[in-house]
Amino acid sequence: MKSLILRTTTRPIIVVLLLISVFLLLRGHDLPGGGFIGGLVAAAAAALYAIAFGAGAAAKLLRVRPESLVGWGMAMTVVAGLLGMVVGREFLTGLWWVIAVGDQELKLSTPLLFDVGVYLVVVGVILRFVLSLEER
Amino acid sequence: MLTALLVAFGAALAAPWMTVRLGRPAGWALALLPAGLTAYFLSLGPTIAAGEPLVQRVSWVPQLGVELAFRVDGLSLLFGLLIAGIGTFVTIYAGGYLAGDRQLPRFYLLLFAFMAAMLGVVTSDDLIVLFVFWELTSITSFFLIGYKHETEESRVNALQGLFVTAGGGLAMLAGFVLLGSMAGTYRISELLAAPGVLIEHPAYPLALALVALGAFTKSAQWPFHFWLPNAMAAPTPVSSYLHSATMVKAGVYLLARLAPGLGGTPEWFWLLTLVGGATVLAATGLTLLQRDSKRLLAYSTIVALGTMVLLIGVGTDAAIKAMVVFLFAHALYKAPLFMAAGSVDHEAGTRDVTQLRGLGRSMPWTWLAAGLAGISAAGLPPMLGFIGKELAYEGLMGTPWLLAGLIVAGAVLLLVAVMVAWVPFAGRSVQAPKAPHEAPPSMLVGPLALAALGLTFGMAPGLVQNGLMRPAAAAVLGAPYAFDLYLWHGLTLALGLSLLTVSLGVGLAATWRRWQPALVARFAGVRFGPVAVYEGAWRRLLRFAELQTRFVQPDDLRHQLTTIVAFTVALTGGVALWRGGLDGMVWAPSGAYLHEFLYLAVILLATATVVRSHSRLVVITSLGVVGFGVAFVFVLFAAPDLAITQFLVDTLVVIIAALVLIRLPSSALRAEGGRDTRWLSGAVAIAGGALITGLLLAVTGLPLDRSLTSFFEANSYPVARGRNIVNVILVDFRAVDTLAEVVVLAVAAGGVGALMRRRLAGRDARGGRREPEGGRR
Repeated sequence: MKSLILRTTTRPIIVVLLLISVFLLLRGHDLPGGGFIGGLVAAAAAALYAIAFGAGAAAKLLRVRPESLVGWGMAMTVVAGLLGMVVGREFLTGLWWVIAVGDQELKLSTPLLFDVGVYLVVVGVILRFVLSLEER
Repeated sequence: MLTALLVAFGAALAAPWMTVRLGRPAGWALALLPAGLTAYFLSLGPTIAAGEPLVQRVSWVPQLGVELAFRVDGLSLLFGLLIAGIGTFVTIYAGGYLAGDRQLPRFYLLLFAFMAAMLGVVTSDDLIVLFVFWELTSITSFFLIGYKHETEESRVNALQGLFVTAGGGLAMLAGFVLLGSMAGTYRISELLAAPGVLIEHPAYPLALALVALGAFTKSAQWPFHFWLPNAMAAPTPVSSYLHSATMVKAGVYLLARLAPGLGGTPEWFWLLTLVGGATVLAATGLTLLQRDSKRLLAYSTIVALGTMVLLIGVGTDAAIKAMVVFLFAHALYKAPLFMAAGSVDHEAGTRDVTQLRGLGRSMPWTWLAAGLAGISAAGLPPMLGFIGKELAYEGLMGTPWLLAGLIVAGAVLLLVAVMVAWVPFAGRSVQAPKAPHEAPPSMLVGPLALAALGLTFGMAPGLVQNGLMRPAAAAVLGAPYAFDLYLWHGLTLALGLSLLTVSLGVGLAATWRRWQPALVARFAGVRFGPVAVYEGAWRRLLRFAELQTRFVQPDDLRHQLTTIVAFTVALTGGVALWRGGLDGMVWAPSGAYLHEFLYLAVILLATATVVRSHSRLVVITSLGVVGFGVAFVFVLFAAPDLAITQFLVDTLVVIIAALVLIRLPSSALRAEGGRDTRWLSGAVAIAGGALITGLLLAVTGLPLDRSLTSFFEANSYPVARGRNIVNVILVDFRAVDTLAEVVVLAVAAGGVGALMRRRLAGRDARGGRREPEGGRR
């Protein structure tokens, strides 16, 4: 859609949307949000870009193919599960590492890795839909 | 043992890469794997022969009492050696036979995976683990039989083999579960240690029938024999491996393995001897109709398998001794015969034995191998096959009716040997579709080595008697059994019967040219027996599937939705009414606020627009509004995660649907459907809505069980370190569900990707233009 208004507003909006999506992803464990919701927001941002600038431009901006996102996401969810088994617990057992950064705590965990995987899968799947509809 | 299996499966994964890297000599190099496995089994030999089986257990699914238990005793050792040993030569042979084939890397992957699965079958000490490997052999052999997947014949026959063997495998699984619950254990060695428990159990006949069904389908017993000759559509190395030494022997293995626990009853005796006997007779008759060397060998394989099954059924010491020796001899002669037939096909251009003559001059080494194996197959001295046949006759002295059948079958086996190993090679004048020449070394090593082994063990049976034959027989009998093997038995009744067999066989072979064409003409085009049943059932299944698809899933999406909703309403609502209606519905609109009715009004208004509009764009957008209205309700009732998700999903659905609609011709933007369809859809929709409303009211009327909720509330932060219970459930408590959903999403994306690629490819093929990406409009 060669709408100047749409194109001009899209750029800043996308930045905000992507930031929000990561924000939602990371805070998901304690407050509303999470990988699924964050992924949907990111996918909406990409869809907006695809509508404004065309699928080709969106694909170029993305650099990787949506299928790769899906693959990496699935790999992350599975690895998150297997890490539990590596230390001799059940598949998908949550493991936590709390690292002190200054006076703040950085909480890394396998559920977080799992959630990032979900995020990537959701983004990849919806982008696959949108991009294949937009390209000819 | 587990390590050996893992190495074999790992090698299967590495095989394609190695085949590509090594090029032409890949077959020789890859043969190192099965050769190594053979050496491994040989190294186990002395301990096992001393009566100490190799036992290994690794916990797998402790909740179900399933463990990766392995136990290598004499029977396993015999099968393991055959699988790995013949596998070595098949690997080398395939390198020559399929040289230059584009799909050779895939072939080795499948072959090694099959070999590993087969080794798993014969070494498992757990019924469930055995079943897993068993089905794995069905699946890998499906791919191997269908190797030439460009031809329809291959595909049809591969499917047939899969349906018969995997179908029998399912029956077998049911039998295994029965056995497991009867004995209270899935460990095979424990099952067999207490035979009385199984035999006296009321469910014994059923369990026996189910397990036997699995073995019979796998081992191509009548009436399931038909898949085996059809599986000859596979390339020759596959036929020679799967259908002489391994795949079909799995059924025999299973029966032999379970004989100490399930055998010795009248049911066992009659089931196995009757089915085995019927198999021998049917296959003997069908062999007479064949001219294709591979099909001749395939039917003679069925005769041999029937013989083994009925020997297991008889179950006396002598019968089991005969079974073990015969099995060993059969593997050693059938593989080289198949390979030689394949070499002839490869170098001379046909497998029709009536079109081949005098190949011996140009293919002397192939002839030597085929000849030696043929003598063994015919049951003549000084080969191991002779000892096997003599022992079989002796083992059946107590059941003359089986003995008589076996003598006829023996004569026909001799006929097959003559047809495959003598007729195409003998004679001075050469007759063949293309100028024959000797096969390359890779295709000679296997047949020659295996045939030579048959000769060596025939001349000196003492070499395998103590180390291999005795432990194997002991494992089947469940008790040590000392016997000696001799080539020369003295002037016994069995020798006399052998003479009778030979003269019958020679008579058949000498007159073959006279009666065979007439016999073939008589049965030309006749489809009868189990094949006809299978094909009829197959046709009917396809017709039913088509009918049902047309009814439930027609092209029209609206029709599909109507069917789904109508059936849900009819079934769920029907059951609810039948059970006395949805009593306990509670209608208590307590404390509703004005703004709540506002959201309700928005939803209703949007719904009305959806129903009344004639533009699809308006419909899609209005549906989005309905979704937003529902999301606001979630906000009202404090479900933020649900609300956010609903908002986002509805937004994306509208975007994607709009993108689809923009692609379509403008006529498609009008919502179709005449008055009648609208009324029908409306009625179904209202009924669906009413049902859900009623169900929800009924459910909310029930006392709320908060045990799950309070569990999550209590454990979410202390155990899973998250305050957002919804997210903690998604990524931690019920992460397996999420994992499965992620997979579903990925599959959906793959499907969409494939469909769109197809559409694009189709458009390109039609010469349509493909605009540069982006920059549209």
